[in-house]
Amino acid sequence: MIFFWAFVVGGAICVLGQLMFDVLKLTPAHTMSTLVVIGAIVDGFDLYEPLVKFAGAGATVPITSFGNALVHGALTELHDQGWIGVISGIFKVTSAGISAAIIFSFLAALVVRPKG
Amino acid sequence: MATKSKSRNQYKKMTMSPKEYQSFAKTMEPPRSILGNCLKAFVFGGAICVIGQAIQEMFVHLMGMSQEAASNPTVATLILISVILTSLGVYDKIAQWAGAGSAVPVTGFANSMCSAALEHRSEGLVLGVGGNMFKLAGSVIVYGTVAAFFVGIAHLILGTGGQ
Repeated sequence: MIFFWAFVVGGAICVLGQLMFDVLKLTPAHTMSTLVVIGAIVDGFDLYEPLVKFAGAGATVPITSFGNALVHGALTELHDQGWIGVISGIFKVTSAGISAAIIFSFLAALVVRPKG
Repeated sequence: MATKSKSRNQYKKMTMSPKEYQSFAKTMEPPRSILGNCLKAFVFGGAICVIGQAIQEMFVHLMGMSQEAASNPTVATLILISVILTSLGVYDKIAQWAGAGSAVPVTGFANSMCSAALEHRSEGLVLGVGGNMFKLAGSVIVYGTVAAFFVGIAHLILGTGGQ
């Protein structure tokens, strides 16, 4: 069942992005930035976690979960360390995604010849 | 002087006003089927999430991780797949078909970083690859971080103090 909801919720978030492309005529960069901010705000109201429980990867794979993870890190550190946590905690949860993207992209640039 | 203003008037007549041009350009635009694009984005984006879910289940069942702990390696695996597909030149072909369906998932984030890194490889490893990797992905990180900061500050002021 989680697979079904992952498909529906993940697809729905992508449709939201597609509507921003086509209807609002935003560039991909604007769309992505907006979605990240939406994810951050939704988690600010504590609503993203229930969505993850419900849809699994449907909520964690789209870029909105990046905003969610940034806020999550900040709030967890805020809880544990006090006010400085807002700064120090932001990247705590997203480290895996950003590091992996940097490392793999760098290695690819070393090995691969660009096409076209 | 007179001839100059006359020729300028002529010139003015030949060009269109911005409004005219915009309506003219609109007739030349290829028709975008919003519904079709949304359907493609839905199917493709959903499919990537299902693959993500499958990878996550694999980490949970084969390596005994909790669902929450498994989401990090899942994202890393998806990024690795995306980087490989980008390097092979496959991802951009998919992206043309799938639109936001391939851009919105985390694979699109990795694709933007990897393609920027590859594109600027010829300018050197430091200035090219290092300096341009975040050319597109940078805006996502900047706005995500700033938004997270303000959400954190809001929680701090309201005294909700995080979870």
